[in-house]
Amino acid sequence: MTETLPKTDVVIVGMGAAGGVAALPLTSAGLKVIGLEAGGWLDPRDFAPDEIRYMQRNWPMTVQKAAREAPTVRASANDVARQGGHPMMNAVGGTTMHYWAQSWRLNPWDFQVVSATESRYGQSRLPAGTTVEDWPFGYDELEPYYDKVEYSVGISGQAGNVQGRINSAGNIFEGPRQREYPMRALRSSPFTDLMSKAATELGWNPFQGPAAITSELYDGRPPCQYHGFCNKGGCHVQSKSSTAFTTIPKALDTGNLDVVPFARVTEVLVDKSGRTTGVAYVKGSETFVQPADIVLLASYAYENVRLLLLSKSDAYPNGLANNSGQVGSHYLSHHQGAPVTALFPRDLHNWYGLPAQGVAIDEWADDNFDHTGLDFIGGANLWVHTDRKPISAAKMSTFGEAANWGSQWKAFIRQNADRSNMSYIQKTTLPYEDNYLDLDPVVKDAYGLPVIRITARYRDNEKKIAAFAQDKMEQWYRQAGATKVIKSGLGNAMGATTHAYGGTRMGDDSETNVVDRWGLTHEVPNLGILGASVMGTSGARNPTLTVQALSWRTAEYIVDNFQSLTS
Amino acid sequence: MSKPENKNENNNNVGKQLPDSPADTSRRSLLKGAGLLGAAVAGSSSTIIAQETNSTEPSARELEALEVLTAVEAEILEALCEVLIPTDENGPGAREARAAHYIDRSLSSHNEEYREDYFVSLNAINEFAQRNYNNSFARLRRSQQDSLVAALQNDEVAGCSPGSAAFFSLVRSHTIDGTFCDPYYGGNRDFVGWDLLRYPGVRLSASADDVAAGASLVPTHQSAYDNSSYTKQPDSRNRESGEDISHD
Repeated sequence: MTETLPKTDVVIVGMGAAGGVAALPLTSAGLKVIGLEAGGWLDPRDFAPDEIRYMQRNWPMTVQKAAREAPTVRASANDVARQGGHPMMNAVGGTTMHYWAQSWRLNPWDFQVVSATESRYGQSRLPAGTTVEDWPFGYDELEPYYDKVEYSVGISGQAGNVQGRINSAGNIFEGPRQREYPMRALRSSPFTDLMSKAATELGWNPFQGPAAITSELYDGRPPCQYHGFCNKGGCHVQSKSSTAFTTIPKALDTGNLDVVPFARVTEVLVDKSGRTTGVAYVKGSETFVQPADIVLLASYAYENVRLLLLSKSDAYPNGLANNSGQVGSHYLSHHQGAPVTALFPRDLHNWYGLPAQGVAIDEWADDNFDHTGLDFIGGANLWVHTDRKPISAAKMSTFGEAANWGSQWKAFIRQNADRSNMSYIQKTTLPYEDNYLDLDPVVKDAYGLPVIRITARYRDNEKKIAAFAQDKMEQWYRQAGATKVIKSGLGNAMGATTHAYGGTRMGDDSETNVVDRWGLTHEVPNLGILGASVMGTSGARNPTLTVQALSWRTAEYIVDNFQSLTS
Repeated sequence: MSKPENKNENNNNVGKQLPDSPADTSRRSLLKGAGLLGAAVAGSSSTIIAQETNSTEPSARELEALEVLTAVEAEILEALCEVLIPTDENGPGAREARAAHYIDRSLSSHNEEYREDYFVSLNAINEFAQRNYNNSFARLRRSQQDSLVAALQNDEVAGCSPGSAAFFSLVRSHTIDGTFCDPYYGGNRDFVGWDLLRYPGVRLSASADDVAAGASLVPTHQSAYDNSSYTKQPDSRNRESGEDISHD
């Protein structure tokens, strides 16, 4: 027996980074919003400083919906797809509950990879097989929304370009912003000071990166306490600017938002004319239909694509909004792997820090350097940070200096547990013709619905960036005094990731894109998509702030055009 | 509306929690923490509760049951952990940390998927010991145990699950977990693991001065669950009065 609930103006599927932001402009304008969330509510008492609970036990206090529908992965159509893990989580606030909270704006180049590359180097520089397009708008279009999110969510950072005034304490390569960050950057540390000094000696421009973490009292939330359990940890003092502690409570305060926890959406519904009428969801053992004038999918790239492909109808026999065959195309997993690890001859004092307390180098990202003599386009942002917990510290590499057990090993970790560092290198990653998402023909979730299958691998362009960036990273570590440096492999298959892009790409051309420039699907005018699944390029930095800016923009467009979109 | 009614209260509490002043740092609260885990894991908690109300450390230890492993398997595992992280001139190792005890418990909770790997592999290790050294693994000389563990790592011990080298990696990883985990989980007893790493311990706040001090900070020697806000009963008065908090 399915219960049909009263109709609402907007239903949002997923109250995480994207849906949790979109709810605020929608409800502030007076629209009634239902937020369906697969997980439940968490609060600071749930966030003990406990490495086992976060890492080994994988958040036992949450619904593990994402883990139970983990995608299968294969490098190419010739390989067998195997189910791996799923790094995202389900809760009100979604993965903003435990993310690293680095909150970057994309650089202007990332919006115009095709045209900027052609104008500087000629069309031949685009890698073979890439399906990359320019975004339908440039950085300037998104700037006001970056600003709104930075101030509503609460981002700390050091500006590098305010209205064209360059400040070398920040990222000199960023696009112009209308004003400073609402909070100063997180404090530096002995290790980040060491690395900043080394970068300056190399003639590079180090700066403290931006974070959705309070560096001072903000909006009633206290500043970060630097206690060292931020990596995949919830914040015990609500300093991490999760949507659960920022935009969602503000939206609830309007009286126009109703969050339904433990609601698991199974289908997006359509009428004969092809318009969406709402969604079906399961809660406990009951099934419900939630009618709505507008449906917004905000359930992460894999689930956005899966829900569309599962929602087949006479109007959309190949899945919703997929008559163009573009749902699942232009997929990419951000190349964040191939790290460099270094060993230093002295303690680094990193026991009390966090992944977002770090120093960045942007000289080798995007098109911030001349590629004329190089055989790739794009680049990498180099990032080192302070983050260490005892179990993961004990599992450090021994850099070939000791066996990995016994007395020799024990002496090694006693001396070196606080002396290693692993860099985080995010690289330009492009979409390619044969990289895509579809429904796995074999593997099903607990409801008997097929999971997503990732068929994708990094290509020469990504691997060349990785090798180039590793050399720069080694140079940086050596300058800072590292005695041993290890470079990891350059990567092959694209696994399930926290940085999944594409599958419902945004663009003006309805033949090659699923959503229009406003985030609404070309084929279903009252269906919108929120999340990095609409992004056609990755940039060399974390996607969440861009996802949130796009979500705000889509929500504002719906507010301004509600009558025409719903008639 | 699904808005949690206590949202504003939580915001207020946040400020009160800021100073790094755990409510209860006693040894006894740690034992309680361990007891709570035992209760949650075993489902039947009477033995464990009895132990903590009598609370001297030696008797508590003796009264602990094996959760998953057989007595023989536990002996093998204990010896294996000791070889991996030995007691030596750098101080206590996995035995003092009680890593094997942690692993046994974890096999009925977050490591349940590895139960069979342990049953099969620990017995394969003992068979290898009998075959090559004519004794059970736990009774071999240390040099023999070292040779056997090297063979395990080199993928030479037949009959392991999922394989010899793979089980070596698994038990190494879990021995590290048990030696360096929060003591709540039954390992890292008396913080011997954290002291080995020169980790100054769990704190709710670290100032710039704390960070600058690095390993010269005085270790806190506290479990996360010495902070009452993360326990079942956030009111610390119940602990002071000795009231049994394990029955909720």
